[in-house]
Amino acid sequence: MESETIIEVRDLVKRFGSFIANDHLSFTVAKGEIFGFLGANGAGKTTAIRILSGLSSPTSGYVFVAGIDASRYPEQVKKSIGYMCQRFSLYEDLTVFENIRLYGGVYGLTLKEIVLRSDEMLSRLGITDLRDRLIRSVPLGWRQKLAFSVAIFHQPNIVFLDEPTGGVDPVTRRQFWDLIYEASRAGITVFVTTHYMDEAEYCDRVCILSEGKIQAIGNPVELKRSFNVTSMDEVFIKVARNA
Amino acid sequence: MRTIAVLIRKEFTQIRRNRIMIPAMIIAPLIQMIILVYAANMNMRDIDFAILDEDGSATSINLISKYSSSPFFSLSGSVNSLDDAEKLLKGDKADLVIHIPPNFENSILNQEKADVQFLINGINSAAAVLTASYAQNILFDYNRQLIAGFSRPSSVSQGFGTIEVNYSHWYNPGLDFKIFMVPGILVVLVTLVGWLLMSLNVVREKELGTIEQINVTPIKKYQFLMGKLIPFWILAIIELGIGLTLGRLLFHVPILGSLWLLIAFTAIYLVTVLGFGLFIAAISETQQQVMFVNFFFVLVFILMSGIFTPVESMPDWAHYVNIINPLSYFMRVIRMILLKGSDFGDVWKEFLSMGIFGVVMITLSVRSYRKRV
Repeated sequence: MESETIIEVRDLVKRFGSFIANDHLSFTVAKGEIFGFLGANGAGKTTAIRILSGLSSPTSGYVFVAGIDASRYPEQVKKSIGYMCQRFSLYEDLTVFENIRLYGGVYGLTLKEIVLRSDEMLSRLGITDLRDRLIRSVPLGWRQKLAFSVAIFHQPNIVFLDEPTGGVDPVTRRQFWDLIYEASRAGITVFVTTHYMDEAEYCDRVCILSEGKIQAIGNPVELKRSFNVTSMDEVFIKVARNA
Repeated sequence: MRTIAVLIRKEFTQIRRNRIMIPAMIIAPLIQMIILVYAANMNMRDIDFAILDEDGSATSINLISKYSSSPFFSLSGSVNSLDDAEKLLKGDKADLVIHIPPNFENSILNQEKADVQFLINGINSAAAVLTASYAQNILFDYNRQLIAGFSRPSSVSQGFGTIEVNYSHWYNPGLDFKIFMVPGILVVLVTLVGWLLMSLNVVREKELGTIEQINVTPIKKYQFLMGKLIPFWILAIIELGIGLTLGRLLFHVPILGSLWLLIAFTAIYLVTVLGFGLFIAAISETQQQVMFVNFFFVLVFILMSGIFTPVESMPDWAHYVNIINPLSYFMRVIRMILLKGSDFGDVWKEFLSMGIFGVVMITLSVRSYRKRV
């Protein structure tokens, strides 16, 4: 099942002084894939995702996102991606709809499109009644799901999720992953970082990062087989021990 | 353009929703004007004075009554020796001691030279100079009365032809301190509302992390900065209107020149200070940092702007600093337009300088703002 490559990273290095956050990373992500970036805190996941989404520039190496050189034309990349980070990022003093209108407007959607799409989105999520509520008063689980929905509101090619389910209860996490699958079915490539190993099972392919280096990469089923274990948790522990 | 409009709309929604912002914009100028205009008053009244009368004659009592009946002076007591007089000064019971030596009346009656000594608390030099000049004025008046009483009319016209100086104070005929202060307060208000509130707002987005979400969108740097600058530019101009209305209602501050000229200058001035605020916000990471850096500049700029003391009497180096102090331009122009009725021909140089500043500051802020880390 060889398909079109949408993200290509070759020899990516990012240094902060003498600290090497990303040490010669190379990998590719195929279009429509759910690609998981796994690693403990401080493994370099956030650094890499920030470089891919044009928020940070690499020290050296090649980063192509949606066919664009992200280190040279980050602003071009930004047009075709969505991004949601671990720090909660919708405006708390704006309503749900005002947030949608802001981001929709920034990506150049007309007000008519915004109203149409947001109505459709809110009814799909079953939260039409939250439309005019301030984000501040929306329950945390819903905020997270909303932030994701806003991140893909402009229908980007790729969405980058940096620990999107941090601090969320297990039920909400499952629901969140339902949204990710839905987006993937709609053709959006999903690049997600996590340190929850159960979430790793949901990915098409994962890449395990430790101390800035890629320790293992592949399909969760294949990885479990090659490490001769039954869960991704055990794969992760074995990989971490080897590193 | 549409992106900027979207951002401005968002900003106004947030401002409207902020429960403190709008009331603060109306209450702050009211309080500042009332406090600063009345409290920061340089005119002096009720200067406490004490008497050391070693003559104890009808003439000396007559002179003392000139002081005690003046609204500028209030008698706080009399002493019998220079030591006691000094104690009063040290104890802050009096700022002026009038010392009338023995034989005061005799000298006058003999048409000889008579002495009066003023002992003045000189800690606040400005106040001391005013005290001395008020005290002297009363003494001169008294002196003139004496001369008039002693001299025959003919001798005055022959021997002692006097030159009398009559003052006419232009632009502020009553030398009313309020009229001088209100425009100054307006400058401070407009500056604070624009500059401080905006740079705090930008850094707050950094702290909350919402700026990262903005940075990952294709918004251009100038669009983001204009989206911040324009709302606060509008707020600051509204604040000028509020302040001017209050100044007019409460203190009857004249508006002799063109209001539009003043608004036009304010508009250009605000671009400069808001650009400066954006620059500081761009290089700061936390609200604490931005407050501290802003506080430093705002305080220096306000003190040097000539709000309380004339710029002309500052040392040379201060003049050079004021070349890059936008507040000193605004301070000068607002007083010229409101109080003197100056027109564009009088202030075009200030317009030009401010225009150049504006371009420089905006360029600097756009350059220093980073969408990437």
